Amino acid sequence: MKYAGLVWAGLWRKKARTILTMLSIIVAFLLFGLLQGVNHGFNEVVENLNVNRLYTSAKTNMVDGLPISYLGRIKAVPDVEHVSHWTYFGGYYREAKNAIPAFATDPEPLFAIYKEIKIKPEYLDAMKRTRTGALVSEQLAKQYGWKVGDRIPLGTSIWTTKEGSSTWYFDIVGTFDVSAYGVGFPSFYINYDYYDEAKAFGNGVVHYYLVSIADPRQATRVAKTIDTQFENSMNETRTQTESALAQANLKQIGDINFIVNAIVGAVLFTLLFLTANTMMQSVRERIPELAVLKTLGFSDGKVLGLVLAEAFILCILAALLGLLLAAMAFPSLRALVGDLPLPGSVIRLGVGIAALLALVSGLPPAVRAQRLNIVDALAGR
Amino acid sequence: MPAIVSLRNVTKSYVRGKQRVEVLHGVDLDIEAGEFLALMGPSGSGKTTLLNLVAGLDQPTSGEIVVSGQRIDKLSRGALTDWRARHIGFIFQFYNLLPVLTAEANVEVPLLLTTLSRSQRRQRVQTALQLVGLADRGKHKPNELSGGQQQRVAIARAIVADPTLLVCDEPTGDLDRQNAEEIMNLLQALNRSQGKTIVMVTHDPRAAGFASHELHLDKGQLANTTAAT
Repeated sequence: MKYAGLVWAGLWRKKARTILTMLSIIVAFLLFGLLQGVNHGFNEVVENLNVNRLYTSAKTNMVDGLPISYLGRIKAVPDVEHVSHWTYFGGYYREAKNAIPAFATDPEPLFAIYKEIKIKPEYLDAMKRTRTGALVSEQLAKQYGWKVGDRIPLGTSIWTTKEGSSTWYFDIVGTFDVSAYGVGFPSFYINYDYYDEAKAFGNGVVHYYLVSIADPRQATRVAKTIDTQFENSMNETRTQTESALAQANLKQIGDINFIVNAIVGAVLFTLLFLTANTMMQSVRERIPELAVLKTLGFSDGKVLGLVLAEAFILCILAALLGLLLAAMAFPSLRALVGDLPLPGSVIRLGVGIAALLALVSGLPPAVRAQRLNIVDALAGR
Repeated sequence: MPAIVSLRNVTKSYVRGKQRVEVLHGVDLDIEAGEFLALMGPSGSGKTTLLNLVAGLDQPTSGEIVVSGQRIDKLSRGALTDWRARHIGFIFQFYNLLPVLTAEANVEVPLLLTTLSRSQRRQRVQTALQLVGLADRGKHKPNELSGGQQQRVAIARAIVADPTLLVCDEPTGDLDRQNAEEIMNLLQALNRSQGKTIVMVTHDPRAAGFASHELHLDKGQLANTTAAT
């Protein structure tokens, strides 16, 4: 600790250069924190998904749909607990830019399958009683200022009503808390029976069957049994676990892990040269001063330690500031990752990388300082 | 008086390119405790090389160097570093203060290598600054001080750890006449009132006049000794 003043003073010998280097490190670790945080958020969503739930869709493509008549046959498969279904309604509120992730479903088994979603029983009862009812997530209701009892119009560019209208009216009968799933989870449900009867075409079709099973170890067997039942039919099926489906969907927008790691890797690699250059320059300018320290009795090891300590303080302090900024900015990314704080593992990884950066960039100049010959250095050779 | 520094048949050679250059040729020298010795001689005569050997900054090619009863020519690099911290105070021509530290912090640097507590270090720093007449300039950085003041801070740094020997390499070489005289008066006072043994390299006969003895070095050999008047 008694050398702290010496290290700190050495660090600020050239204020402008130290500030600029620190800013570079801060920005790099802000980027690191945000990108790794998003990456971590995606991975967490996938990891939190459940293997007790199976998704059955058309083997060809989800949008081709499956007959609603499959419902009974899937329910009859051994080890199946509950079966519900989702059909994409899409839609928008007032303007096309206000997209609403609306799905037609059979609500009661749906909420039995998604036990993690919290909903009051009276809302489910109200949904059963109200054909034009809608259940919306608390988050979505808050976003648009909806409350129970409101009648809201949803426009759609896909489904017209039998009357030829592309605007549908729904009565909000309840809300639910979808925070366990983060953003992207369907958050607007309408009654499938009403939707199917009222639409002008494409009747009797659902996009996904959602199946819950009691024993996750039976997932593969149950999935295979379901698919085998419909083999060689007009509508063959493909059944996947929830996590397999989510991973397949994420793959569609590219390998996020790879992209994030490539960007962060490139930034940190560039930073390594920048920091190493700063440290090398700083030591080169201070050769007479370091020689004086050695003259006064500072050992080779102490001089090496002082230079390394400067590199560590520079890198870790700036990295912590960058990560702090990332933690403060992270909530603004809730559209991507939901209401998650910047994960502690990302902060720990960031500090670890900053320490490595300090070691790699600080060691060459520190060794140079350590090997300094006093007589030559004092003579300016 | 017993010799506090004793050199026997000391030689020092350097390799410059493919050539080996012998700078000191079999130097014998005794410096008594409490002596103020001025080493004089033309450029390239080996004054600074001799000073570096006495101060443990360099090792002789051959010969024996004993300082305060300890043979330092056989010490390892690390042991010599520790020895310097305990026994030698340095004063340079260009002061060599650390520009980012205040005068107080500069004076404190040698004490960081001791086991003294923070308050003990502060006490010692204040005493040293008082001794050189700069107690009120402790918070100033070197660039806020004149050349003479900077050299006083350097002297305070050299004496703060109470070393056995003060070595000065052209301590007045960068100062005007008045400041040079003040610095030499200060060194003389340290020698006379505190009993500090001082070895000083200088080109300046006026500075050498403050010493108790003068030694002349020419082409790597000691020429003659002059006692102070």
